Amino acid sequence: MSHIDALPDASALEKRAAFVPGRSLQRWTLLAAGLVAALALPWFIYPPVAMDIAAWALFAVALDILLGYGGLLSFGHAAYWGGSAYVTGLVAVHLGAPFPVAVLAGALFSMLLALPIGYLSVRRTGIYFAMVTLAFAQMVYFIANQWSDLTGGENGLQAVPKTFFGIEQIETDAFYFYYAALPMVLLGMWAAWRIVHSPFGRVLVAIRDNAPRARALGYDVDRYKVMAFVLSAGLAGLAGGLFAISHGFVSLEEVNWTTSGKVVLITVLGGIGTLWGGVLGAVIIIVMEDRLASSGFEGIGIITGSVFVAVVLLFRRGVWGTLRHVIVSRRQR
Amino acid sequence: MNAVLQYTIQGLAAGSFYALAALGLAVIFGVLGVVNFAHGACYMLGAVTAAVLLDVLGLGFWWGLLVVPVLLFLFGVLLERSLVRWLLALDPLYNFLLTFGLSLILVDLVKRRYGVSGLPYERPEILTGQLKVGELGLPTYHVFVFLFSISICLLVWLLMTKTRIGMIVRASTEKADLARALGINVNRWVTPVFGFGIALAGLAGVLAAPFRAITADMGSSFVIILFAVVVIGGLGSIVGAVVAGFLVGLLEAFGQAYAPAYAQILIFVLMAVIVLVRPAGLFGREDAA
Repeated sequence: MSHIDALPDASALEKRAAFVPGRSLQRWTLLAAGLVAALALPWFIYPPVAMDIAAWALFAVALDILLGYGGLLSFGHAAYWGGSAYVTGLVAVHLGAPFPVAVLAGALFSMLLALPIGYLSVRRTGIYFAMVTLAFAQMVYFIANQWSDLTGGENGLQAVPKTFFGIEQIETDAFYFYYAALPMVLLGMWAAWRIVHSPFGRVLVAIRDNAPRARALGYDVDRYKVMAFVLSAGLAGLAGGLFAISHGFVSLEEVNWTTSGKVVLITVLGGIGTLWGGVLGAVIIIVMEDRLASSGFEGIGIITGSVFVAVVLLFRRGVWGTLRHVIVSRRQR
Repeated sequence: MNAVLQYTIQGLAAGSFYALAALGLAVIFGVLGVVNFAHGACYMLGAVTAAVLLDVLGLGFWWGLLVVPVLLFLFGVLLERSLVRWLLALDPLYNFLLTFGLSLILVDLVKRRYGVSGLPYERPEILTGQLKVGELGLPTYHVFVFLFSISICLLVWLLMTKTRIGMIVRASTEKADLARALGINVNRWVTPVFGFGIALAGLAGVLAAPFRAITADMGSSFVIILFAVVVIGGLGSIVGAVVAGFLVGLLEAFGQAYAPAYAQILIFVLMAVIVLVRPAGLFGREDAA
């Protein structure tokens, strides 16, 4: 028990930051282990699936900025993942740009899209915020469906190239493509970490825990929320763009609400407010879906839905949160 | 003129489903503070159950109208007792997520059992054909659906405002602590109210059965529009849910008639405008925001 636990309304995050002696060594060990795992992944898992894991992990980390640190559950993040996937695909198809450029264009588009939607959505909080973001995302879905000249509608946007300065192995082999795309994923993760641990991130947590107090201290609460929303959307867009390039195809599914639901599931399974929990969640869910699909099981929703129900009922801290809780309580004994 | 009347009745019929289901959503939210994501799945279950009743037991539409809500009420009671109850004390987002997971399970279970193609269902003889009003011919089923649903909404409204049960439920919604202090056992009403809300979704499903394709996915986009409906009407407001339900139905029908490409988008544009101008919704109270 450290002194800060005695404060009646210290946030969970502050308690976490205040305790743990020698946590920087632990942090570096974890970071190194994570990097090694990320580099080794396509040796052990079918490379396209490894890329799926990396993209969904970044997507979940992006959502957690908003959910875990801003306390806002967006149930419409498919709009930014899928919106960016379309723009990335279009830029790659029509302009023949190298894929990192296309992906950045997609991420930028997501941020622009998130600006008005975020501005409107932050007028509500809690459950209302979830419903409003969900409804706006569905609007994006219908637009993508209607605008089939551009998006291909139900057929999807096909034949998206992995253009990369004429380096043939990266452009054709999923194994090498993974290593070409990984730096962008890691960059996104690093950006998320920076956002959360910056003064901006601290204000965000303050707003989450006590919005009136943050307002009284002179912070423009709504502006911080919109900024968090836009940043989160940008990182989600980065992930969605990479996903589109990796698959060489963008389907309507990417902007559908089931995608929004899936990333929430991954984040909650990993642990809300843990940032890296989403990575574990992505590994579990994507590998599980891949196994189920290849075994010919119909009705993946039955399994994922049950996982969801079990997590929400039984361990709301998620995998990462539970692990950390165990370690922390053992050390405090 | 003829066309306008045609679209109006079509919109009111479509709005009937939204109004009934949104009413269920609003009642559940009011008393439990839960936004039931599985409401679309329950609507789908209503339609599927009606189709199965007809197929297996030979029970037709009228029986379906009677039996399905009872079955879904029991289903709702079971859900509340076994799952929803445990999360009521926590942030409402947890029950939102729980019911989201449930709807994934329900949809895929139905898909596994009955496949993805639609189940057949026929409307009763009486409700086929056209109703002559002067020179105009209106589809009988549309008129029936509208009248039926508006009477149910009216009944629920009367139940909530004029009876003792309704007063207790409203008191539990608005000032739960005060109601408890006056000796009302608020918790006793939680389970039946949840079941009641689910039953309304099921009822909307039965009404939709002869009208829409009965598939496992029929509730998936329905529930999203339902969310737009309650945001427009003001979450927790019973009148708001019904009015917004019919409004959205009309918007959809006229949109499909005059600008088919934008019909669905219009609903969300309306929602965006409402969120901008009146964040609490048409009939919502500001303090509930």
